[in-house]
Amino acid sequence: MAITKNNSHNMLSKIATNDGHGENSPYFDGWKAYDANPFHLQHNPEGVIQMGLAENQLSFDLIEEWVKRNPNASICTPQGALDFKETAIFQDYHGLPEFRTAIANFMSQVRGNRVKFDPNRIVMSGGATGAHETLAFCLANPGEAFLVPTPYYPAFDRDLRWRTGVELLPVVCESSNSFKITKEALETAYEKATIAKIKVKGLLITNPSNPLGTFLNGETLKDIVNFINEKNIHLVCDEIYAGTVTNGDEFVSIAEVMKEVPNCKYDLIHLVYSLSKDMGFPGFRVGIVYSYNNNVVNIARKMSSFGLVSTQTQRMLASMLSDTKFIENFLSESRVRLAHRHDMFTRGLAQVGIGCLESKAGLFFWMDLRKFLKQPTFESEMTFWRIIINEIKLNISPGQSFHCSEPGWFRVCFANMDDETTMIALWRIKMFVRKNRNLEINTRRQFLHNNQHMRLSSRRLDDILTPHRMSPHSPLASPLVRAQN
Amino acid sequence: MAIEIVQPSVGLSKIAVSQTHGENSPYFSGWKAYDENPYHEIDNPSGVIQMGLAENQVSFDLLEEYLETNLESANWGQKVSGFRENALFQDYHGLQSFRKAMASFMEQVRGGKAKFNPDRVVLTAGATAANELLTFILADPGDALMVPTPYYPGFDRDLRWRTGVQIVPIHCDSSNGFQITPEALEAAYDHATSMNIKVKGVLITNPSNPLGATVQRKVLEELLEFVTRKNIHLVSDEIYSGSAFCADEFVSIAEVLESRNYKDAERCHIVYSLSKDLGLPGFRIGTVYSYNDQVVTTARRMSSFTLISSQTQFLLASMLSDTDFTQKYIKINRERLKKRYEMIINGLQKAGIECLKGNAGLFCWMNLSPYLEEPTIKSELAIWNTIMHEVRLNISPGSSCHCSEPGWFRVCFANMSEARYASLVSAMIINIIKFSIFLAIIF
Repeated sequence: MAITKNNSHNMLSKIATNDGHGENSPYFDGWKAYDANPFHLQHNPEGVIQMGLAENQLSFDLIEEWVKRNPNASICTPQGALDFKETAIFQDYHGLPEFRTAIANFMSQVRGNRVKFDPNRIVMSGGATGAHETLAFCLANPGEAFLVPTPYYPAFDRDLRWRTGVELLPVVCESSNSFKITKEALETAYEKATIAKIKVKGLLITNPSNPLGTFLNGETLKDIVNFINEKNIHLVCDEIYAGTVTNGDEFVSIAEVMKEVPNCKYDLIHLVYSLSKDMGFPGFRVGIVYSYNNNVVNIARKMSSFGLVSTQTQRMLASMLSDTKFIENFLSESRVRLAHRHDMFTRGLAQVGIGCLESKAGLFFWMDLRKFLKQPTFESEMTFWRIIINEIKLNISPGQSFHCSEPGWFRVCFANMDDETTMIALWRIKMFVRKNRNLEINTRRQFLHNNQHMRLSSRRLDDILTPHRMSPHSPLASPLVRAQN
Repeated sequence: MAIEIVQPSVGLSKIAVSQTHGENSPYFSGWKAYDENPYHEIDNPSGVIQMGLAENQVSFDLLEEYLETNLESANWGQKVSGFRENALFQDYHGLQSFRKAMASFMEQVRGGKAKFNPDRVVLTAGATAANELLTFILADPGDALMVPTPYYPGFDRDLRWRTGVQIVPIHCDSSNGFQITPEALEAAYDHATSMNIKVKGVLITNPSNPLGATVQRKVLEELLEFVTRKNIHLVSDEIYSGSAFCADEFVSIAEVLESRNYKDAERCHIVYSLSKDLGLPGFRIGTVYSYNDQVVTTARRMSSFTLISSQTQFLLASMLSDTDFTQKYIKINRERLKKRYEMIINGLQKAGIECLKGNAGLFCWMNLSPYLEEPTIKSELAIWNTIMHEVRLNISPGSSCHCSEPGWFRVCFANMSEARYASLVSAMIINIIKFSIFLAIIF
């Protein structure tokens, strides 16, 4: 049907026409490159390998086995179909009671049952994406700000700011101390905001961290709680990767620390959780807001009308997550597989002299490519990243898209591929490093004195020597295109 | 653990402490009364009969029948290994098969009188999210959408709460069956202008909630002319399109646009959902359908906050692409709704109560204005209270729908199964007749 394309730019809201959706970030350029030329073991072995998507695909066999054994969990089986109607008409934003209970128990299990969660505080949202936005709407007014330690998950810029009008201010963390969050960094960030007359309403931490893959120890968490208590600002803890910690017992949740801090203001503390990473269910859109503030629970619950979890999904997950024996086995097996895959990469990379931040959680690692940068600048980082995409054909994510204060770091996702692809990705990196030993050291000298060497790849020479423009906007609107149906 | 609402503590946003979520409206206190004392023909015959919830339970048997014969394809296909791909699918474009099925279903509901392009279907978790999302896209905080009264109480929250957008009512009254007139449109627009409020669009519900009537073609054309002249948007919430008793009597804005070769279509947007026509509110299936490319792109990006579970997309893709099933369902569902409507209208007439002539939806618009002590909202709420506590019916007072004339009430008739309907209507009529007698004694 022919509909004249028009310039209706002035007819839409500011929110609709600004860049708050965040899709013009380099974070997505890599995905576009992947979409245009996706790797496939048989059909496209020269394609770009996707290592920019933090998904957990390592333990689906366990889930599938459970699904087969439990036909009554689905309303589309003879056993479950009897519940179809009741499930389909249930739209209470409190959620199915059994779902809330199962989620609360699951969250407990992930934390080794060291802490209990109250099902009445479980509030649904459209994924963690929806949870973050909901909390921003609840806790801050337009123009007010949240502090966020850098580097941080790029989509926070959209989730916390786009429709809410809330600001994000960085708490700068540095490689010199492994990007730990220090009291000084927190104070500095807070002071900067005060000087700029921006009202800080809260601090947002992701623990375990995306993109670092590290998690905070009890002491740091206590410092953080003391900081927010003292400033009387909110603390939002995104614990979406809690179940990916290799040694589950080492992980300390904010829920555990709260009890140990004297005069801790419970009303200031809120958790975000989701099943997208620990279970590998991003498609099911299960986001959770868990607040210790009764008002926030009530209001977030009202807001959840805008992003409830499908009751079909609530029902199935209630069944699955309350099978504690299965979950125990799943969590422990998943952790083992993630750790194994993580080690495969980091050891392989170490063999060719590439280091990574030491980490024992997450679906990614934080790779140190600083020595490959012509100069310690973000422009150099971008240039080198283009080489990685175009020559090595790996989509990994450049540190600047995470607001990292230092150039040269890259996030590499490892849990969204099979073993063969893993080997190929590793092999590609190793080949590149071996071929370009000299690239690490003083590339400038090489350009001037060794033209012949550079002719081998004139495009790469151009890349390095000339300022590069951002690749034209991909015709593919979504960086997330995956399954072809 | 009982969660008490305490005084708003320091540190929450203005949005959080405002009352714009709307839950203190009588619309909701009726539900609470029902929840505390629900009618049951055997266990609690003196309980409150729920007629305040616009749900469609009339055709579940058809859905269940479908499932029985199609379980395997509905459940991740033949292999459980479909589970993995489904669980990982988070693309905000949505499952292509589902979008196609949705577009096709929307065409079928309109008897093929309009075409829908699957690439313009943007998925949201319910119409609640769709309406809010569109508002974020079409208007800035402080701007307004014009909405004809009476309207669905939830709009006060959906269109205003987090968006900061205002609603300017387009006053409609019983003199012409509450139809929207060009004069009313102009009056509303001028009123907004005089208050320095920028109007960004008109939002209509067609068929109307709470009127239970379709919007006439002539009115749609006048609306299009008005929004074009003012250079604003038109949002048509067609959530009840499949609930028009006679397919011919429902005219979608899509048809009007198609017949004009899509002239001015880029300012038009349709909201749809499966919560009413298919009776699946729990599954959270909503959609924004826009003829404006930029709105489609932006809406799709925003839908990240409110995607439909891929598990549910898969199930519905399977169900809706079975066109034999959907044709049959649409036809039978209409017939049953019509029957129910007639039964309740006749019953009410016997009790001396008139309703607006309706032809769609899951409710009728009942006129109790002759029984008001005074033509005021206060009187209306007094009667409503009596109806709730003495007659034991939860129905929705027109004032909660911002009706400009007091005395009208929305009565839902589709939220109970076929088996129970007849007995419920009898119980209701008996109660009302008792009430009429009661009222007659007062007056």
